[in-house]
Amino acid sequence: MSILVDKNTRLVVQGVTGNEGLFHTSQMVAYGTNVVAGMTPGKGGEWVLDGKVPVFDSVKVAVEATGANTSIIFVPARFAADAIFEAADAGIGLIVCITEGIPVLDMMRARDYLDQKGCRLVGPNCPGLLTPGEAKVGIIPGNISIPGNIGVVSRSGTLTYEVLYALKLVGMGVSTCVGIGGDPVNGTNFIDCLELFEADPQTEKVVLIGEIGGTDEERAAEYIADHMTKPVVSFIAGQTAPPGKRMGHAGAIIEGGAGTAADKVKALEAAGVRVASHPEEIPGML
Amino acid sequence: MKLHEYQSKQIFAKYGIPIPRGRVAATPEEAKHIAEELGGRVVVKSQVLVGGRGKAGGIRLAKTSKEAEEVAGQILAMEIKGLPVRKVLVDEAAAIDKEIYLGITNDRAAHKPVMMASMAGGVEIEEVARQTPELIIKAHIDPLLGLRDYQSRDIAYKIDLPRDHWRVFGQIARGLWQAYLDCDASLAEINPLVITGENKLVALDGKMVLDDNALFRHTDLAEMRDLDIEAPSEIEARRYGLSFIKLDGSIGCMVNGAGLAMTTMDIIKLFGGEPANFLDIGGGASSEKVAAALRIILSDQNVKAVLFNVFGGITRGDEVARGILAALDEVKPQVPMVIRLVGTNAEEGLRMLANAKMITAETLADAAKKSVAIVKGGAAQ
Repeated sequence: MSILVDKNTRLVVQGVTGNEGLFHTSQMVAYGTNVVAGMTPGKGGEWVLDGKVPVFDSVKVAVEATGANTSIIFVPARFAADAIFEAADAGIGLIVCITEGIPVLDMMRARDYLDQKGCRLVGPNCPGLLTPGEAKVGIIPGNISIPGNIGVVSRSGTLTYEVLYALKLVGMGVSTCVGIGGDPVNGTNFIDCLELFEADPQTEKVVLIGEIGGTDEERAAEYIADHMTKPVVSFIAGQTAPPGKRMGHAGAIIEGGAGTAADKVKALEAAGVRVASHPEEIPGML
Repeated sequence: MKLHEYQSKQIFAKYGIPIPRGRVAATPEEAKHIAEELGGRVVVKSQVLVGGRGKAGGIRLAKTSKEAEEVAGQILAMEIKGLPVRKVLVDEAAAIDKEIYLGITNDRAAHKPVMMASMAGGVEIEEVARQTPELIIKAHIDPLLGLRDYQSRDIAYKIDLPRDHWRVFGQIARGLWQAYLDCDASLAEINPLVITGENKLVALDGKMVLDDNALFRHTDLAEMRDLDIEAPSEIEARRYGLSFIKLDGSIGCMVNGAGLAMTTMDIIKLFGGEPANFLDIGGGASSEKVAAALRIILSDQNVKAVLFNVFGGITRGDEVARGILAALDEVKPQVPMVIRLVGTNAEEGLRMLANAKMITAETLADAAKKSVAIVKGGAAQ
C-alpha cells in the first residue's frame, strides 16, 4: 500500500510538449509510471517519446480515450490555473501541479472550485509525489529513494530529496513522499497527508518537513496530538530567516510576527513530535 | 511589491474612495506650490516604505505654504530606518473626529481574502490584534463571488459605525475590494479611514502590497517598484533570475532549492557561524548562473568563506561541477570555498572539483563546521 499514487495511477501530462513537460514525462515513463496520455492544445493526434505517449487537445478527450485518473501540470504560471480548472472539469480525481509562480488570487479561485467539485490538488509549486517502486508523478529523482514504511510530507523540493537520500543511505525506505508545495495557497495540506498516512497500513512512521510562513505546521501539530498513533519526526527550515522577506518560496515569509520557525517547533514539540535540529539527524530519530 | 502611500491612494481614488486633495512633491519648492494651491493647513508626509513614519518625525503639519516649504525641506533631508526620503505627499489637513481601520488581505489558512475593520484605527492593526482582538471584525470574501454588499453592511453594524455613514462605507468597501482584485493585491489597507469634522468619510492613509507573481499582467504597476528598499545585490540577482536575500553574516551560501537554502543558513548558525545571504540558484546549475551568483556573493566585503551545498537530483553532480569550474575560472574568488555535493553522480562531480582548491565536505553538518572554522580563523581541514 501507499497513498495517492501507485500501480493503478493512469497519468495524463498537461503541457507534455513543452521542455519541462517532455523531459519529466520521459523520466516518469523510465521510472515505470503508467503515463497514458499527454495534452497540449493544438497538438492532438501527435505522439511523443517515440510513439509511447499519445497527445490530445484537451484533458476531457484524453480521459475519454485513455481512462486517465490523475493529471500532472507543467504549463506556465499564467495558464496554470486554467489547466487546473480543465482537469477538474474533465473528472480527474487527483491533480498534481508542479508550476511555480501562480498568482495567489488565481489559486484561491481554483481551490474554491476544486473544493466544490471534490477533487484533490497537490501543489502548486511542488515536486509532486513518489511511491518508490510503483509510480513517480512529478520531478522527484527516482533513484534517491527505495520502497519502505516511512511516509514523507514536505513543503520543499531539494530539502525533501536530501531527506529521502539520507534515509536511503541507511537502508530506510519510503511508502510515499508527497511534496505539497511552497505556495501560500495550495491544495492538499499537511493534515490531509497525515490522515492518509495514518490510514495506510504500509506506513509506520511519518516525516513532516515544514518551513516558515503561515500556520499549517501548527494546525498539523494539533491534528497529530488528537489523531495520530504513528510516530512523527519533523524538521522546520528557516530558523535564521529575517522577518518580512520572502525566502524563495512565495509562502515562506514571516508576516506580522506570525509564521516563525520557533512557533512551529514549539507547537510540534508540544504535540509529542520530535523535531530535528538539522535534516541529517532525521534517520537516527526514526 | 509594496506601493507608496501616494500611489495606493491614487489607485483608491480611481475606485471611488474619497481621499484628501493633495499631490506628491520631490522638492521643497514643489511642496510650497502644492500648499498654495490647496490653501490653508496641509500635512507633509514622507513617502518611504517603512512603518513608523510619524514617530520618526516624517509626518508634519504646516499652517502656511511657507511653513510647508520648510517642513518639506527638513523631511526630504531625512533618512527613516535607513531609507532616504525622496518624495513627500502634501495633503490638505483634515479635522479628525474618529479613526477607523479598513483593510483586505489573504487569509492563507482559509484560502480566501478577508476584509477586516475596526473602530480602533490609526494604530498598527497587528498591535490591535495583540491587545484587543475583539475590536477587529472580519469577513471572508468568496474569491468566486466577490464582496457582497450585505457583508460590508454587516461589518459597519458590528463596528458600531453610525448609520448615516453606512451607504458611503459600503461604497468604500466595494471600491477597496475591486482595487484589490484588479491589482492582484495581497494587502489593501486604509488606516485611518476617518470621519472628519464635517462628518465625511475620507481615506487619510493608504497602503497596498501587490502579488509579485501577478505582475506579468500589471506592467503599469510593476513600473512603480521602489528599488530603495532592496540591497543593490538583490536587484542584481533578480536580473539573473536568482532568488537572493542579503544578510549580515560572513559565510556566503550557494544552494539549489529554497528549502535547502534556508536549511543551509540554519545549520551555519547552529554551528556558531552567521550566514551572509539566502540564495537559491534554482534547478540546473549553468556556469552563467553560478558565476553571477558567485559575483553577487563576493561583492559583500563581509564574506570570508563561501559554502556550496548542492543536491544532484535531475541535474547530475558532474553537470553541477562543470558549471562551478567554469564559474570559478571566470570569477577567480579569493576566499576559501567549501563544497558539499551529494546525490546523482556526486562522486564524479567531486573528482572533477579535486583540483579546484575547494574544501570538500561529506555531510551538511561537516560543511557547516568547516565553513565556521574558516571564518573563526581555525584550521579548515
